[in-house]
Formats: sequence, structure tokens, C-alpha cells
Amino acid sequence: MKQRFKRWIQSGSPWIWFNAGAVAISVVMVVGLLMLLAVRGMVHFWPSDVVRASYTVPTASGEQQTVRVMGEIVDTETIPASQIIASGIPVEERTSGYQRTLMKLGNRDLTGADFRWVLNDFIHDMDSPAHAVVLERFEWGNFYGFLTGIQEAGEAVLSTAGGSDDEALWEGFNLRLERALQLHEQIATLEKDEIGRINYQVERLRLAGRRLELSGDDTPAAMADLEQQRDVLNREYDAMQAQLVELYNQVNRDTANFETVDGQQTGISLADVVRAYRPNAVGLFSKLGIYFSKLWEFLSQEPREANTEGGIYPAIFGTVMMVMLMSIFVTPFGVVAAVYLREYAKQGVLTRTIRIAVNNLAGVPSIVYGVFGLGFFIYFVGAEIDQVFYPEALPAPTFGTPGLLWASLTLALLTVPVVIVATEEGLARIPRSVREGSLALGATKFETLWRVVLPMASPAMMTGLILAVARAAGEVAPLMLVGVVKLAPSLPLDGNYPYLHLDQKFMHLGFHIYDVGFQSPNVEAARPLVYATALLLVAVIAILNLSAVAIRNRLRERYKSLDM
Amino acid sequence: MSSTPGGQSAAEPTHPSGPPDEELEKSLARQSFRRRLRYFNDQFARVSIAAGGIGVIVAILLIFVYLLLEVIPLFQSADVQQVADYRLEGAADAGLLHLAVEEQSEIGMRLDADAVVTFFRVADGGVIERRQLALPPGATVTGFALASEESGLFALGFSNGTALIARYDFQTRFRQDGTREIIPHIEYPFGEDDFILFEDTPIDRLAISERADVLLLAGVNTAGNTNLIRITQQRNLFSSFNLGGAAPQFEVESLSLSIIVGDVDQLFIDGDQRWMYFITDRGRLSLVDLRPALRGQASSINQVLDLVAEGRRPTRISLLLGDISLLVANNAGIVSQWLLVPDSEGQMSLQRVRSFEVGDSPVIALSPEQRRKNFVVADADGHVGFYNTTAHREAYNEMLFEEAPEALAISPRGDTLLAELGGGEISVWSVHNEHPEVSWSALWSKVWYESYIEPGYIWQSSAANNDFEPKYSLVPLAFGTLKAAFYAMLLATPLAICGAIFTGYFMVPVMRRQVKPLIELMAAMPTVVLGFLAGLWLAPFVETNLLGVFSTLVILPVGILVTSFGFAQLPDHIRHRFADGWESALLVPVVVLLTYLSFIVSSGIENLFFAGDMRSWITNDLGITYDQRNAMIVGLAMGFAVIPTIFSIAEDAIFTVPRHLSYGSLALGATPWQTMYRVVLPTASPGIFSGVMIGFGRAVGETMIVLMATGNTPIMDINIFEGMRTLAANIAVEVPESEVDSTHYRILFLTALVLFLFTFVFNTLAEIVRQRLRNKYSTI
Repeated sequence: MKQRFKRWIQSGSPWIWFNAGAVAISVVMVVGLLMLLAVRGMVHFWPSDVVRASYTVPTASGEQQTVRVMGEIVDTETIPASQIIASGIPVEERTSGYQRTLMKLGNRDLTGADFRWVLNDFIHDMDSPAHAVVLERFEWGNFYGFLTGIQEAGEAVLSTAGGSDDEALWEGFNLRLERALQLHEQIATLEKDEIGRINYQVERLRLAGRRLELSGDDTPAAMADLEQQRDVLNREYDAMQAQLVELYNQVNRDTANFETVDGQQTGISLADVVRAYRPNAVGLFSKLGIYFSKLWEFLSQEPREANTEGGIYPAIFGTVMMVMLMSIFVTPFGVVAAVYLREYAKQGVLTRTIRIAVNNLAGVPSIVYGVFGLGFFIYFVGAEIDQVFYPEALPAPTFGTPGLLWASLTLALLTVPVVIVATEEGLARIPRSVREGSLALGATKFETLWRVVLPMASPAMMTGLILAVARAAGEVAPLMLVGVVKLAPSLPLDGNYPYLHLDQKFMHLGFHIYDVGFQSPNVEAARPLVYATALLLVAVIAILNLSAVAIRNRLRERYKSLDM
Repeated sequence: MSSTPGGQSAAEPTHPSGPPDEELEKSLARQSFRRRLRYFNDQFARVSIAAGGIGVIVAILLIFVYLLLEVIPLFQSADVQQVADYRLEGAADAGLLHLAVEEQSEIGMRLDADAVVTFFRVADGGVIERRQLALPPGATVTGFALASEESGLFALGFSNGTALIARYDFQTRFRQDGTREIIPHIEYPFGEDDFILFEDTPIDRLAISERADVLLLAGVNTAGNTNLIRITQQRNLFSSFNLGGAAPQFEVESLSLSIIVGDVDQLFIDGDQRWMYFITDRGRLSLVDLRPALRGQASSINQVLDLVAEGRRPTRISLLLGDISLLVANNAGIVSQWLLVPDSEGQMSLQRVRSFEVGDSPVIALSPEQRRKNFVVADADGHVGFYNTTAHREAYNEMLFEEAPEALAISPRGDTLLAELGGGEISVWSVHNEHPEVSWSALWSKVWYESYIEPGYIWQSSAANNDFEPKYSLVPLAFGTLKAAFYAMLLATPLAICGAIFTGYFMVPVMRRQVKPLIELMAAMPTVVLGFLAGLWLAPFVETNLLGVFSTLVILPVGILVTSFGFAQLPDHIRHRFADGWESALLVPVVVLLTYLSFIVSSGIENLFFAGDMRSWITNDLGITYDQRNAMIVGLAMGFAVIPTIFSIAEDAIFTVPRHLSYGSLALGATPWQTMYRVVLPTASPGIFSGVMIGFGRAVGETMIVLMATGNTPIMDINIFEGMRTLAANIAVEVPESEVDSTHYRILFLTALVLFLFTFVFNTLAEIVRQRLRNKYSTI
């Protein structure tokens, strides 16, 4: 045995295994992280069963109090007995600790808190009532309870007390909910698009008036003209306002009566309900339907309740918009710089130094770029632009404040080294013979570059751009300084002239994660949403990176064949 | 290739069937035009690409220049220029009591010993208003005290033992046309009546202090008796609106101090209204605790000490902004700052914390600034100096006057200096002194801040109150940065290098093609996601499974070695089924299993030995602070982020070591590991080193992970269970709230510049090392 051990040591294989272990650990870490994100992110949309139970906790005074709880099970964990005793519940000491379950009980408007830890030892009479209803609401989070009746304009239409059975009631409820949701959509269109447009135009008229005043052209005729336009808009506005009031009256017509698990009666206006389902009563396919409807809501809707519920569409839109603008800035500049460095600059010490410097700028902390963007772009360039082009809006800054343009420019600066390096690498890989062939046939240097070299290097540029986009999409630190906000009132691209609002602040997926996860008033409720957002961000970036790798590999294959 | 225009145009001139001469000429002309056009295009492209390329590179380098430009003003000295010089009309010869300038530097105020207040225009000395304050019949002014430059509240003591309290104030109003108008006036917030300090003995020295609603007025008479008056403003709900012109209500109490100190030359009450300083003209200070007196008991002298060395005299004494520090100027040209500090028994005593040398001659005038911990002094030679106490910095010291000025006044913004040369002769100077509170020592050395018992490294850039002393020590931030980076590297370096060694040399190519992109994908993982997981998932997880985390550190390596030994003992025919280079794949399930096991086992151990809760054991039994978001969490999360950076570069270095080197070694009989250790590693070591450096650079500059995974408190403690604040996170937290071009803003730019330079230098070194390595390989 000893001999064997010695031989084993001498062979050096323990060291090799040790190194192999490092790879294994790294791989496990990466895969584990991705799986953690995937599981937690995907589970969020699943309509899990609603559980009803009685919960009897011993109290210090000895009397037993039973509460009825109903909700979804979120999490379980083991905690030491000492911790429970410290919180005032007299339990026996035992070394294995106690299991406890985190339940989402909802009904925040009635009970104040929507999550509760319960000790498994004190739960009894657990069941899953088929007619338990889950309501997702515009305000106050989820509601868990039982449908007992429906009222139309204050008159009871259907009720369990009136003899309607559960199914009829549920059907009636769904019909009315559908109507309410349709009205809701109309209201949203009216408020956001139509009235938003009028407000925007009124603001533009105000600025136009101010501009005339500043330039001294505020003749009575011109001002009267503005006034007239304003009147037209105001009349339009009043008409819409009336329409809106009518819609609100309609949407508020129906109310549903519910009973909570502890017997409390409450009426909920159908106008407050986003979605209603009975998870215990439906089968797998209906659940899948609910799952995808929730997923779609997440991707396509605006956030609600201080970003802790609803969707992340504005954040997706903002991220995409910013990245696209950044690509427009970064591609030409990066490619020109790379072409200059590789094809035109004299290859000497200076060029080599510049190349190293550019290379290393990719390693400079992103927050430094953020500071630069804030100081140079916003406080210096932006303030100058405001002075010259937007004096009418002052002292409210137009470009002298963080916004989409500055964020894209800052990120373009941050990622331009990536594009330069990738493009240069692509240019360097093109065989000399190809270039010489073109030159020998009489093409000028530029013609060679334009017709031969650049097309061949285009996959490399693509790689560079994709890597740049991937990096930009994941950066948050600089954006916090130059234009990202937790909640933007409107998208930077809309139907109002000039359509693309470069000066607007925008929402961003990465910042959304930071903000909701760390600055939110109800972190527990928001957490699943953050996991889902993180998963989306990681998926987008992983896809971008993998496609960059794929392009790079294809490119290499191509040059291998050229070398022949 | 034949489709290029170059090819076509080259072929044209040799067209076989020649056309008639005319057409030939035309064609030639056309061709020469085309040639010129192509030549022009080529040149144009050359120039524009060069311009564009250089432009982009310059734009990138602009970052550095811009940061530098923002930072430079921090270290520039002050600049002082004379703007006016005049004699105030009708100024009496009576001695000057006080000189002041208002916020906009438009109006000045001069109070003389005849109790005449003169408001004048700073620009030309034109008198706006002259007002005689009411003197008691037959009395003269014998004492003067100012509560603070900021409040303008002052007291005049008279020869009949009474005192008058008044305030000078400047109200800014905007006229209809939007122009500004500043109206100076004198008001009596405590009534126009005199307060009686002594019965018929002249007041010799006065002190006044205002704090919230309580005003203290102390006086010493010529006999050396001390008396104290407390005036409490009765504030009710409507008093701030002053409805119906109702006079504010006061409660006036006379408190006996029953202390006799002889030869009192100066008298001060500190900002907390707790201490009173009696100072003789020889510089002997008696420190009196006022609290007993305020409770109606007898106060006594706590400490007696000499503020100046034997044989010297204090010339000017003043409280610094905030009324905590005492500034003592002496006749040898030295100004010293004194602070009340508790000694080992908790007794408060005055200590000298720093001193400033103005010149060789006596300091004649001293004036503290109203918004910064600055003061300006003038000495008998006419030298004027601007100083900042916190930074211990001399911002300016030049000879400005032929003769010594009698008094100095600095405007609230610190941009205008007024000097009275005696008899109403006033000289006005514009001052440019933007960032006096920054100096090398303030940023990087221990500084003794006000209300601290000893010098320390502290970062605290803002507070709620105005007279706050900003603390700009970068040491805690730099420390936090290095601490975070250190723990991250502790995890990342061994894992990444070992992983690189195996992947680059031992692993089978099939697997390498999968593993390398996977680990490199980690590099693209948005740090905000890592930070979020670290803060919201990992931190609570580690807190509850602390022992599990530590036992994993032991069990994993041991388990891997045991697996290795066990594998070596397997019969050959099984062992050979797995070709060399698949060890990692074999170990993946082992790692998962071992990790799972160690958490299971440790939770049992935890229950047995630590009452199921190791975290509270650490806090209660070991007395170590445990933050949920601590350096260990940052180390784990940031280590995770740094691994791919180091791995990728190190793996490249190992993989590109020429194969014939290792074949040679193997052919000579070395084992694979010996070859690795003796041949491949030394050759690749510069590359590995450069990978580690780049990884370190990344760890230093990482923002989001640190921001989310620690509490961001700027403390200096190496404890792995406590958090930190790094330079990068500090920028992210504070830049959006700092005022543009303020000292704070520029210091944040300075930290950005430090980060920039640090990572840039590190990366450049790494790059140079790597290029050297590449050249070396090419010769092998």
C-alpha cells in the first residue's frame, strides 16, 4: 500500500487531478449558476397550487390561537430552535431544528403583509380547495379567496347565497372580467397615446411661445396664432376627458364579492383585476396557458406597483434602443480606427504603443467611463447644446441632463476598443497574398481595401460588434450616471414628432435588476421578477456571445481554406 | 478576384483592335480622368481614414485628459487680486470692532467703537446707510462679542454694565424687472432693551453664543467677576409667521458662574454651549464646564493650560466655523488649532492638533470663513495667508500690504476679502480659493478631525448640517478596494490557474472545445446579475450555512485527492477505458456530490457544536462582527467574475507553449506532471502572470458586484465578515448627488482618475509581458 501511495505521488497524478478538479469546480459553478437562474426565473410564472391550512402557534401565555391561512408555498428552510424561541414562540429545544415554510398569503390591503413564515410542526388540516381563486390586481398585489357573488352597478346579480353554483358564478365572473379588461385597454390607449400626444403638443406650443419671446419675435399675431392652436388642443383634450370619464364609469360597473380564508368579506372592483384563475381546479394544459399568458405579460407589459409586478417591456425596449444607438456610433468609428491602425499607420513604436493603449482601455473600469460621460457629455457638451439650441426650455435642461443619447455615446466609448481589437484581428488574419494579388492587378490601396480586404474582414467586424453589444447590454454602473431611471414615463420612441427622443431617460434591464432587487419597498414580492429579468438578460447576452463565437469559428475555417 | 476594378482597368489599354485616333484620344482622356479620379479617391480615403482613425484614438485618450483637467484645480493654490482701494467717507477715528461682507460681495458693514454701523458699497466705498446704535446715557462701548460671522448676531458691552444684542442682516429681494436688490439692516431679535450683566461696573469682555433657541451671553467686568445670562426664546406655532407683529417672547435668566479669573483678555463659549474659555493676555486658558452653571449649580475650572509657549503672547483668538475648534494666533507668526479631546479618564482637555506658520512677525488679524473650515490671517509685515484646517494646507501666502491691516473680513462664499488698514481705509480683494480642503495629507494621511479623539482615516463626504467638516480620506476607500480585490483573487487565482493548466495541457481537445467557451461565457455574465445573486441569494445562504461553506473548502480538495488515489488503484483494464484528459469530466459528479455532502454533514456538526447557528456563535462567542453582506460574499461573487479573465489568458499562454518542448521533455523520460511543472509552466509563466494582473485590474474596478454584495460602509477592517466600500462603488453612490465642480465632485473625479491610471498601468504591464512572451515563442 505504502509502495503504491509513493508511486502515486511520484507519478504526479495527484497534481493533475487537482488541476482537473479546478476545471470541474469552475464548470459546476457556471452551470449551477445558470441553472439557478433558469429555475428561479422560470418558476415565477407557474400558477402553483393554493394551499389552505390551519396554523396553531403556541404562545408564551399558554393559550392557543388558531389562524386560517391560504396561499402559495414559496420556500422552505430549517432554522435552529433557539432562533424561534428568541422570536417569542416557546418550542422545545431540539438539535435538528425546525422546518418552516414561507407562504405568500397576498391580501396586503386586508392584512398588511403578504408573506408569512409558518412552522411546519404547527400546521394542520391542510388541503387545496378547488374553488380557491387567485386574483392578480393592479394594486395591492395578489388576492387569495373564494368568490361569493357578483354585483352589477351595486345590484347583486349572482351569489352563492342566491343559489348560484360555483361554476356559474365563475363563468359569470370571467365574462365580466373580460369586458373590464377590454375597457381597460381602451382607457390605456386613450390616456397614453391620445392624451399623451395632446400634452406633448401643448408643451411644444409653450416652448414655441417662449422661443418667440426670447428672439423678440413675439408679435401679437404670432402669439394669437399659438393661442388659437392651444385652444384647438384644449377642446380636443376636453372631449377626450369626457370620453375617459365615461369609460371609467363603465369599467367600474362590476364588483365581485369575495370571502377570505378567515371569513372576511370583501368587494373587489373588476377594474382592479388583471388576471383571475383557480389553480387547484384547472388541469396541466390550462396551467400552461396561464403560464404563457403570464410570461407574455412579463415581456410585453409595463411594470406595476413600484416595478415589483407586471412586465418589463419598457426596460427591454430601453435596453434595445440604447444598444442600437450605440452600435450606430461604435461600428463606423471602431472600424475606421482599426483600418487606420492596421492598414495606414506606419507600423512603429508609436503605433504599437497606441495599439496597447487601446487594448487596455477595454480593461478600464466601466464606472470611469460613466464619470467621464457625466462630466464631459452631460455637464459640458449637453449644457452647451442647451444654451445654443434649447434656450426656451431653460432652466429645465434638455440635453444637459442624463439621457439616451449620452448613455449610448458613453457606452460607445466603452466598447469601441472591443470593436477596434476584433476588427484589427480580422484584418491581420487576411493573408498577405490576397492583398498583394489585388495590388499587383493594379488596384489602388483604397480599392483593395474596399473591395477585397473589408469584405473579407466583415465577419470579424461582426464579431466585434456582437461582443460590444453583449458588453453594453450588461453594463449598468456607467448607465446609472448617464441616463437610466427606475421608471420612465414614456418610451424614447413614440408617435410624437420627432419620434426618437434622444434626450429622454430610459429604463434598462440591468438597472431594473439592481433597482427592484435592492431599492424596492417589497423585495420579497419582487424577487421572482428579478430572477426572471436576470434570466432574460443572461439569455440575451449568452446568445449574443455564442453567436460571436460561432461567427469567429466560421471565419477561421474560411481563412484556413484560403491559406491553401 | 478577377472582378476587382483594378483587374479590369489594367486590361483596358491593351485592347487588341485599336479604334480610330479620335476615339482613342477620347478614350485616353477618359482613362486619364478615371486614373486621376481613382488616384484622388485613394488619397482622399487615405487622408480621411487617417483623420478618422486618429480622431477616434484621440477621443478615447480624451478621457484621460478630461479627468485630469477636472482634477487639476484641486491642487492649485488660491489667487488673490486687488479690486478696489478707498477711504470710507466720514469714518470716525474710533477703533474698529467688526468688519463684514455679505453673500454677493456687494455690501460691506463696519462697526466701530462709537457703536456706529456703516453699510457701504464694496465696489466703491459709497456709504449706503450709517446708523448709530442706541447707547445708554453717558455710557461708552467697552466690550464686543460676535456669535458667528454667519448669523451676524453680536453684543456690545457698555461701561454701565449692560449689554445690547443686535444682528446685522442683508435681505435679498427681486424687483419687478427681475433685478436683484440687497437691503442691509440692523435688527434686534432679543428686543432693543439692554441686558444687565453687572450693576454699574463696566463690562470688560463679552462672549455670546446662539444655539437653536438658546442664547448665552457672558461677561467679565473690570473687577474680574463673571456673569452669565441665558435667554430662551419661547417658540410657539405661530411665532415663525410673526402674526400681528406680536413681539417674540423670551425668558431671561441670570446665572451666576461664581468664578473669578483675573486678567481675562478673551472670552468664548463653544458651539455646544457646554464649555467656556477664559484666556488671559499671556495666553493662559481656563476651561470651564458650563453645565453645572446652566443647572443652577456652581461651575468650576476644569483645566488650566498655556496656549502659547513661554515668552510669547496670543495676538488673535477665534473660534473656527462650527465653534468647536479654537484658533490661536501668536506674536511669532504661528496660528495653532486647539480641540477639546477626552483623555484616558474621560476628562475633556484642550489639545493642540495642528499649527500653521504664517511668517515671522506677529499675526495681527484673523478671520474664519463662514462655510468652510478655512481662515485668513494677516501679520504685521503685511503678509496675508489663507489656510484650511482639515487639510492642514496653506492655500495662499503673499505679502499684500505695505502696512499691517487692522482687520480682515471674508465673504460667506469666500470670494471677497476686505481689509481695513485703519481709520476707514479699506482695500478690497477678489479671492479665487475653490478647493482649499484638499491636500495630499488630507487624502492619504491620518487627519485629526473635530470631535474625534484621535487622528484617523475617514471618508464622510456630506452631512445634514452646514458647519460640517467634510472628511475626504481616500485611505478607507483604497483599503476597501484592495480588500475586495484580495478576497476575490484568493478564490479566483488558484481556481483559474489550475483550471488553465489542466485545460491547456492535459485536457482532451474534444472536451477543451466545449469547456473553454463555457468558462469564457462567464466573462460575459453581466456583473449586475452576479451582484444580485450575491446580495439576495448567496449572502443569506452563506449566513445560514456558514460551516458548510468552510467545510467545502476542506472536503473538496481532500475528496478530489482521494478520488484520484482511488482511481489509480482501479484495475488497469477499467482505468484505461478512460483516456487521459477526461479527469475533469469524471470529477464533475464528484464535486457536486462532495459539496452536497459537506453541507449535509456540516449542518449536523453545526447543530452539535454551535447550537445550530454558527453565525451567532461567531458574533457572541468570538466577538467578531458579522455583516450579512461581507467581504467573503464579495470575494466569492467577484472571484467568479474574475476567473474567466485569468483563465482565458493563462490557458492561451499554456496552450501556445510549443509542443516540441514538452515532447522533448517527455521523450527524456519525464512524467507529464514533471514536464508541466519544469518545462511548460516556466515558459508560460509570464502569460499567467499577465492574466493575474488583468484579473486584478478587473477586480479593482468592478462596481456593481461590490455595490450590491456589501453594505458599502467605508470602514477599515481586514475582517472577512465585514463589508467595505470601494472606490468604484463610492463613485457610483456619490457622483449623482454631488454638486458640479464642487470639491467633492472633483475628488470623485480624482478617484476615477486613480482607478483609470491604476488599471491602465496594470494592464499595460501585463500586455508588455505578454508581447515579450509571444516574441520569445516565435524564436523557439
